[in-house]
Amino acid sequence: MHPGIIFFLVILGSVLFHIFTPWYWTDVASNWGGMDDTITLTFWVGGGVFIAVCLFMVYCVFKFSYKKDRKAEYKPEDKKLEKILTLATTLGVAALLAPGLIIWNQYITVPKNAIEIDVMAWQWGWQYRLPGEDGKLGTTQVTNVNDNNPFGINLDDPYGKDDVMIQGDVINLENNKPVKILLRSVDVLHNWYVPQFRAKMDAVPGIVTYYWFEPNKTGEYEVLCAEYCGVGHYGMRGGVVVQDNQAYESWIQEQETFSDLIAKQKILEDGETKLAKK
Amino acid sequence: MKETKLYEEKVVDAHEEHHEQSFIRKYIFSEDHKTIAKQFLITGIFWAIIGGAFSFLFRIQLGFPNVDLTSLSPIIGNWLTPQGKIDPEVYLALITMHGTIMVFFVLTAGLSGTFLNFLIPLQLGARDMASGFLNMFSYWFFFLSSVIMLTSIFVEGGPASGGWTVYPPLSALPQAVSGSGLGMTLWLVSMSFFVVSALLGALNYITTVINLRTEGMTFFRMPLTIWAFLITAILGVLSFPVLLSAALLLIMDRTFGTSFYLSDIYIAGEALSNQGGSAILFQHLFWFLGHPEVYIVILPSLGIASEVIATCSRKPIFGYKAMVYSLIGIGILSFVVWAHHMFISGMNPFLGSVFTILTLIIAVPSAIKSFNYIATLWRGNIIFTPAMLFSIGLVSFFISGGVTGLFLGNSVIDINLHDTYFVVAHFHIVMGSASFFGLFSGVYHWFPKMFGRMMNRNLGYVHFWFTFIGAYLVFFPLHYIGIAGFPRRYYSFTNFEAGKIESFMDLNVFVTIAAGITFAAQFIFLFNFFYSIYRGRKASQNPWKSNTLEWTTPVNPGHGNWPGKIPKVERWAYDYSKPGAKEDFIPQNVPYSKTPESNLPEDEHH
Repeated sequence: MHPGIIFFLVILGSVLFHIFTPWYWTDVASNWGGMDDTITLTFWVGGGVFIAVCLFMVYCVFKFSYKKDRKAEYKPEDKKLEKILTLATTLGVAALLAPGLIIWNQYITVPKNAIEIDVMAWQWGWQYRLPGEDGKLGTTQVTNVNDNNPFGINLDDPYGKDDVMIQGDVINLENNKPVKILLRSVDVLHNWYVPQFRAKMDAVPGIVTYYWFEPNKTGEYEVLCAEYCGVGHYGMRGGVVVQDNQAYESWIQEQETFSDLIAKQKILEDGETKLAKK
Repeated sequence: MKETKLYEEKVVDAHEEHHEQSFIRKYIFSEDHKTIAKQFLITGIFWAIIGGAFSFLFRIQLGFPNVDLTSLSPIIGNWLTPQGKIDPEVYLALITMHGTIMVFFVLTAGLSGTFLNFLIPLQLGARDMASGFLNMFSYWFFFLSSVIMLTSIFVEGGPASGGWTVYPPLSALPQAVSGSGLGMTLWLVSMSFFVVSALLGALNYITTVINLRTEGMTFFRMPLTIWAFLITAILGVLSFPVLLSAALLLIMDRTFGTSFYLSDIYIAGEALSNQGGSAILFQHLFWFLGHPEVYIVILPSLGIASEVIATCSRKPIFGYKAMVYSLIGIGILSFVVWAHHMFISGMNPFLGSVFTILTLIIAVPSAIKSFNYIATLWRGNIIFTPAMLFSIGLVSFFISGGVTGLFLGNSVIDINLHDTYFVVAHFHIVMGSASFFGLFSGVYHWFPKMFGRMMNRNLGYVHFWFTFIGAYLVFFPLHYIGIAGFPRRYYSFTNFEAGKIESFMDLNVFVTIAAGITFAAQFIFLFNFFYSIYRGRKASQNPWKSNTLEWTTPVNPGHGNWPGKIPKVERWAYDYSKPGAKEDFIPQNVPYSKTPESNLPEDEHH
């Protein structure tokens, strides 16, 4: 069998797989549909180049395979052809760069009205808090971290008192409202990723990183950890519920603030001391 | 030039005085570049088998998570859970070691160590490397590094399991993952010796290329293999020391309580005292090596492909100077794109745009190289040796992997695809498969020069068919799992809500079976390789009718390579099918005065 066949089959197989693949992205549920468009554009440009160049290679492999009475052409270079190809590649690359740079710029520019959500990552789980009525998150310190204070909020910081502490690992978001995800980690690197939102960023101990998106489809989504973090990495899931204004408001009313929790804790502890005294 | 000659004569004299060296000096502590090259090759093959076997084990976990491996327990006994599954911690150790082994021990040491050592003196017309002594040390530091890395697999807590990129804090804290105990310490020690080996080798390669070219071998008469090797060595010298410093700082953090990479950590119920370090600093240092490293891995293969494609197309390589400038361009650019591995690491977001632009520029010299390979085939007279098939396969991988590079280099697309299987697919094609294909191509092509015998051609074809189709079947579908958002380094993909979990399972089964067949096919190569060393058909002096100098040595070149004087170089390496010439090749040592029938007015330029 002629070896050209195998190189052809690879091109044919790739194209067919791409057309008929049942495995592809889930529907986008945020404002980052532009990322999908950039992928699609790159598939057209890159895929086109791949098909054209590889088909030409296959043609050469068939057409110029060895014949005893033929002599290869002696042509060490062709400056004009090289210039054209270099220019074409440069233009192609620039065409891919332009939309990419524009959307990246949007990605790193957080809208002013974005709601801040503080996400704390640890081996292996997620914890959320919201700024509360004063609109400001309380400052934190790693030495304060314990089971009752997973963020390590400073107890004497007035801004921290009204922080809304979400119990459990599911966070609710209001549909069509931009959110700024603030990311922290207490141990190793993590990454808060919901495939349907398309966006992600590492959580790095010692600093607060962020990104933003605007959910635009109500529903329940799964949070994955997308930065390798040890044995529990594959099971480090959480949840997001995107709901409309009314449902969101009633959900947020049910949540407890940091001072609520501290007070509760105090009652518990007092009870325990009393029990111990008896 | 004069000094070079003095040196050469000295070597010849010394060589003639005591012809037979002791077994130990000849085969073990050898200073002969050809023997050292074979040592690197055999050690690299050993590591490739281990690295490949590890990948097959974790592919079993991904494709058949419920299979009972108890029957394998005599070999991998304590790596299994009581149910006979691969233990989750072992799984992580396997992926970490697979990456470390393949990137560093096989495709850096195995590939560069073999072909840079073997071909630089032979193709340049040198008796040996500039310093045979340091060259010997380069191998033995690699050997030491290998022994330590191998030992680490069997220690308490298992080998390093923080991923081959060993990002802290995971790699810094034994509390975070069990492999970050003794296993990680040994990893760091092993890699430190590895860097020493790489530096000794690279300094030798550079010195040899600059100083020991034979008479007439100007820079622009060097074969493209040598150009690729020279750039590879320069990249190594400039980038490996940075890995060493990253490793040393990590050792300090782990052992001496410093805080280069650590800050504000609460782990295992305890707040650590480390303050002010930056985990991102490590990533900058690591990728400052890591990105040039992927070119250290691929450039030798591209060099080999240039040589093999020109020889087997019986045609001059198209655009020789463009190829050289592309190599230099790729080399320079490789130092200013490292942060494209870190778009979403939490570094300053503005850097994303800068590194996107710089990264996509690399597409231009890379595309020039691909075009020129194919333009070399155009109107050639192509002989499909196994080496040639592997080289064309390399071009195919370099194009398809380059195209997916356009996705990942673009920060906007990388946001979604980062740390998913798309990345795994991309680098296994463009860096893994392409450079493995260069390695295979080189072995098939220069085997006659290494061992004086030919490898079996038909077995070579079978090996190629299985490996080429197999690699595409394994890696191509993985792109699509990545687009669906599946993260890499997951032990299991059960209970997944994003996407249709059932059908993804089918795909994982398919990929695992393809990987198994591809891995098994490598034993065809191993058999062919070892069998041919002893029983292969005897080679002629110049079996591929090639122009380069190594084919002017005797079939089995001795110490010093040429028994008499070193040939003088009269022309460039690519006078194939020159109009008017009697044969379709004119070796580099044939003077123009002997070929009046084919001389061209522009020949002076070569």
